[in-house]
Amino acid sequence: MSLFFQKTKKLESQIDEYLDLVIKGGLIFKLGIKCYMENQTEEFENYLKELRKIEERADDLRRNIEVKLYTRTLIPEARGDVLGLMESCDKVLNITTDNLLEFSVEIPQISNPLKHDFLELSESSISCLENTVSGIRSYFKNIDAVRDYVTKVQFYKKETNKIAERIKRTIFRSELELSHKIHIRYFAFHIERIAEQSEDVCDRLSIAIIKRFE
Amino acid sequence: MDISIWFFITSGLFLGWSLGANHAVNVFGTAVVSKMVKFKTAAVIAGIFVILGAVISGSGTTKTLNELGSINALAGSFSVALAVGISVLAMTRAQLPVSTSQAVIGGIIGWNIFTGSPTDYTSLSRILFSWISSPILAGIFGFIIFKIVKRYLHIWKIHLLRIDTYTRVGLIIVGALASYSLGANNIANVMGMFVSAPLFKDLNLFGLTSVSGVQQLFLLGGLAIAIGIFTYGRNVMETVGKDLYKISPITGLVVVLAEFIVLSLFTSQELESLLLKLNLPTIPLVPLSTTQAFIGAVIGVGLAKDPLSINFKVFGKIALGWVIAPLSAGIITYVSLFFVQNVFEQKVINPVPYEISKSVVVKLNDLGLETKKLKDLVGKRFYNKKIFTNELLSRAPYTNDHIYMIFQYSIVDSFRIDTAKIAGFVKDGSLSMDRFSSLKLKQGKTFKNKLDFENSLFENDTVWIATGKKLDDKETELLKSKIGEAFRIQSKIK
Repeated sequence: MSLFFQKTKKLESQIDEYLDLVIKGGLIFKLGIKCYMENQTEEFENYLKELRKIEERADDLRRNIEVKLYTRTLIPEARGDVLGLMESCDKVLNITTDNLLEFSVEIPQISNPLKHDFLELSESSISCLENTVSGIRSYFKNIDAVRDYVTKVQFYKKETNKIAERIKRTIFRSELELSHKIHIRYFAFHIERIAEQSEDVCDRLSIAIIKRFE
Repeated sequence: MDISIWFFITSGLFLGWSLGANHAVNVFGTAVVSKMVKFKTAAVIAGIFVILGAVISGSGTTKTLNELGSINALAGSFSVALAVGISVLAMTRAQLPVSTSQAVIGGIIGWNIFTGSPTDYTSLSRILFSWISSPILAGIFGFIIFKIVKRYLHIWKIHLLRIDTYTRVGLIIVGALASYSLGANNIANVMGMFVSAPLFKDLNLFGLTSVSGVQQLFLLGGLAIAIGIFTYGRNVMETVGKDLYKISPITGLVVVLAEFIVLSLFTSQELESLLLKLNLPTIPLVPLSTTQAFIGAVIGVGLAKDPLSINFKVFGKIALGWVIAPLSAGIITYVSLFFVQNVFEQKVINPVPYEISKSVVVKLNDLGLETKKLKDLVGKRFYNKKIFTNELLSRAPYTNDHIYMIFQYSIVDSFRIDTAKIAGFVKDGSLSMDRFSSLKLKQGKTFKNKLDFENSLFENDTVWIATGKKLDDKETELLKSKIGEAFRIQSKIK
C-alpha cells in the first residue's frame, strides 16, 4: 500500500517540477531579453542555451507524466483536462524559447526609445505565463484560487495587448525603413503571443475547474 | 449417494451464478464505471472475498431455517432455486439490479401457494417495507456524506492525485468488505437448501485445519457467485453507472460508503449487541436490501450534486424490476412445481403432520384466538395442509395470520432431550451450569410438539425467567432456539 502512495507522491513532484521549469523558463526569457537590449551578447546566448535545455527537460518530463497518467489509469475523470493543460502550457514554453532563438538568429535592430517598451512587453507577457502556472498548480490543490489567477492572466493579457499596440504604433510612425519596421513589429507580435497562448491555457483551465466542481 | 442430488444442486449453482451477475454492481459497480478499478481486477477481488465470506462466515444453516427451511423436499428446493435464478437472470438481462433475497421470498410464497402452506405475511411486509426504507435511508446518508466530503475536500486542499489514490484504495477496501458480506449473507439463498444433503465429507488438511462438508458446499456456491460476477457482472453496471446517473470516482466512493454504513448501522445484530453491552441506546433494526440501498445511495448523491442529472425514467424501470422480480419468481416457481410434480413425478413437499394438542389450544386461547370450535380437532392428525386449512376455516373465519399461527404451533415435531448434544454450549460459556442442570433433570424425555417442548423446558423454570435486561433476554432467546435445534430429531431432506 505504501508503494502505491510513494508512486503518487513521485508523480505529484514530477508535475510540480514540470511547472517549476515553465516558471524558470519565463524568468530566463526576461533576463535574456534584458541582456539583448543591453547588448550583452554572450550572456544573452548563455540564457538562450539554458532556456533550450529547460524546454527539452520539460518536454521529457511532460511525456513521462502523460505516460504514467495513462498506463496507470490515474484520475480517469480529469486525465484529459490535465493532459490538455500540460500540452498547451508546453506550447507557451515553446513559443518563449522560439522567441529568444529568433532574437539570436535575426538580431533585430531595436532603437533605444523602444527598448524600454520591449522590456515592459516581455515583463507583462511573462506575468501572464507565471499566473497561468500558478493557476494550474491551484487546479491540483486549491481549486478555489484558480479563479483569481485566471482573472490576473486576463488582466495581464490585456495590458500586453496595449503595450504591443503602442510599440507597433511607435514603429510605424518612425523614420525607419519599411522592411525594418516590419521586422521589429514581428518581434513585438511574437512576444505578445506568449500572453495570447497563456490566455488559451486559462480558458481550458476555466472549463476544467467547472468539471472538477461537478 | 443419490446421484440426483447433484442434479438438484445445479439449480442452486445457477441461482448463485445469476446472483453474482446481478449483485456485482452493488460491490464494485461504481469503481468500475468510474474507471478507477479495471473490471477484471474488481471481479478477481470480489470473487475471492465472496468465496471467503461464504466459507468463513456463511450463515447458511440458521438463515435457511428462517427463509427456506419450510421447503422440505429437494425437488421443491430445486424448483424454487431454479425459478428465482431465472427471474434474477431475466432482470440481469434487462440490466436491472434486484434483490435476490426478495426473489427467494417470492419463490417461497409460490411454493406455499402450490402446496397449500400458509404464508408468513411478515416476510411479505418485509419486502414492501424494504422497498421504501432501503432507498430512503441510503439516499439520506448518501446526500449527507457527499455534502460533507465536498466541503472538506475544499477545506483540506488535497492534491488531485492524492484524492485519486485515496478514492481508489477506499473503493477497493469497501468493495472487498461488501463482497465478503455478499458471500456471507447470500450463500444461504444459494446453497442453504442442500446443507442437510450428504454431499461432502469433512476434510482434514494435513492435520492443521479441517474443512467441514458444509464449508465445501459453500465453497462451491461461492465459486458459482464468483463466476457470475466474472462472466456477466458487467451488464448491470452500465445501467446504474451510466444510464441512471453518471458516476465519478468520488461519488462512486460516497455511494458504496453510504450503502455500507446504512447496512452496518440498521441491519447489524452484532452492533446492536455491542451497543447493549455498552449500555448505549440501540439503533432500530430495519429490513434492508443491499441492492435497494445501493440505488438509494446513487439517487441521494445525485440529488446532492445535481438533481437534474438523475434519469428518473431509469429509476422507475429499476423500481418496477423490484416488484417484478419476486412476483415472477413466485409465478415461475408455481409453474415449475406443477411440471416437476406432475410431469417428472418428483415429490415437491414431504408431508408434515399437524395436530392440535391441548397445550396448543391453551396457547391459542392466550393469544386471543377463537378456540371453542377447535376442541373436536384435538388429537386428530392432518397430513395435507389444504385439508387442515379447510377444517380450520369451516370452524371460524380465521385470518391468514391466525392460520399461519395455528400451523406454527400445531406442527408435529420430535424432540428428545440429550444433554450430551449441548455440552459444547457449556464449554463455550453460553450455557450456565444452573441451566444445564435444570435441563439434565429432563434427560431422555421426548416431545412431539414444539410448544410442549418449550413449555416443559423453559416456562416453569426460574433459571429461564426473563430478567428485563434487553441484552440478557436476547441472548437467552437465542440460546433457547439453539437448544431447540440441538434436541430436534432431524429428518433429512429427501
